[in-house]
Amino acid sequence: MNRESSAYTIIYSVVMVVIVALGLAFTHQVLIDRQTANENIDKMQQILRSLNINASTSEAQERYAELIQDAYLIDSEGRKVEGTEGTTPDDLAFSTELEDPAAAGIPVYEAEVDGSVKYVIPMSGTGLWGSIWGYLAVESDGSAIYGAEFDHAGETPGLGAEIADTPFKSRFQGKELFRDGQFRSIAVVKPGRSVANRDYVDGISGGTITSQGVDNMLLQSVGKYRNFLENLNAANR
Amino acid sequence: MALLSSKTKAVLLGPLNKNNPVIVQVLGICSALAVTSKLEPSLVMAIAVVLVTAFANVIISLLRKSIPNRIRIIVQLVVVAALVTIVSEVLKAFAYDVNKQLSVFVGLIVTNCILMGRLEAFALGNGPWPSFLDGIGNGLGYGWILVVVGFFRELLGSGTLMDIQVVPEAFYNAGYENNGLMMLAPMAILLVACIIWVHRSRNKELQEETN
Repeated sequence: MNRESSAYTIIYSVVMVVIVALGLAFTHQVLIDRQTANENIDKMQQILRSLNINASTSEAQERYAELIQDAYLIDSEGRKVEGTEGTTPDDLAFSTELEDPAAAGIPVYEAEVDGSVKYVIPMSGTGLWGSIWGYLAVESDGSAIYGAEFDHAGETPGLGAEIADTPFKSRFQGKELFRDGQFRSIAVVKPGRSVANRDYVDGISGGTITSQGVDNMLLQSVGKYRNFLENLNAANR
Repeated sequence: MALLSSKTKAVLLGPLNKNNPVIVQVLGICSALAVTSKLEPSLVMAIAVVLVTAFANVIISLLRKSIPNRIRIIVQLVVVAALVTIVSEVLKAFAYDVNKQLSVFVGLIVTNCILMGRLEAFALGNGPWPSFLDGIGNGLGYGWILVVVGFFRELLGSGTLMDIQVVPEAFYNAGYENNGLMMLAPMAILLVACIIWVHRSRNKELQEETN
């Protein structure tokens, strides 16, 4: 058959694409279990970091099982959705994404550190170049921040990417989500500026858009937990 | 030895030195700057590129008599993209942390000029065995530059190697500080330039004529 004819070219490309697709699908199927396990461990490490614990990959699962006492979904009223409790990666509370509109609720992770209960809630938003996300560990009064964890898909190294570094994350410790009984969240401001009626932390110099993204994420994502946090605040004040 | 005649030896070893893709042909610079802030990702990237160039070269060389000329670039791209996807999947499964550090640059191996260059210039006109050696040679030629740059950037920028502290605490107490500039991309290009400088001064025939 003539190598330059159109029929040959078309058949050749069809066969090639089918073979490549089968090969890739097979590779993916073989490796998917290990990949999911890695992603789960990564998520556990992030949740642990929000509790100010740096766990290595090998010890993350053990530490997670030790600290996280309960995990569940809550509905928009801030009430626990029955039947969603469970701390293992197979349970709904672990696998549910914050942004999933079809989910039964939004996840809360309950941790016990040194005898006191902390509530870890996920956050997700947008930075300058792509998505940013994180976890916020809140004290049992639903207001004071115990620890924060941020990560990003691809913010500028040395500028916006610094939201994932300890100096920025540690600024959140001890800040209050509530001011005068009202949910205000925490603002991220330009270094040196201040805001009047809510707690704030300094943003990243040169990472203005990323800082605004974090600010927005703290308002939007944490805002979804407003009722839950208000309930906690009313019960434990 | 029949396995490595003088010609195949040149194919394998040439890219390590006088025909180096990075410091002589100045290809693949983008990823060389981006992934070399630490030694470990540099090593993983180097291994990934060696594997992809070698196997892409072999596959294209085996197919070279059947590929329709009109779509040969597309065929090359599909082969390279498939191999890169496999490498990326394997990294996600077995080296998740490194994969996170390399982020998009594993995927961007597809666009690495070294690969397409070798496929077009070598694999389409040579048998599988020399093509395999050519791929290994060019991958290693790219890789050793990455490793050298990664070594110095991590050592001087973080005081660590493979994330193990090597600069003793006493140095820091005596006033030594890590050079933050090393972590930024401009320092990588300066280091590559230094390697080119040393290489050119040792191989005078590579120096351009000046008036």
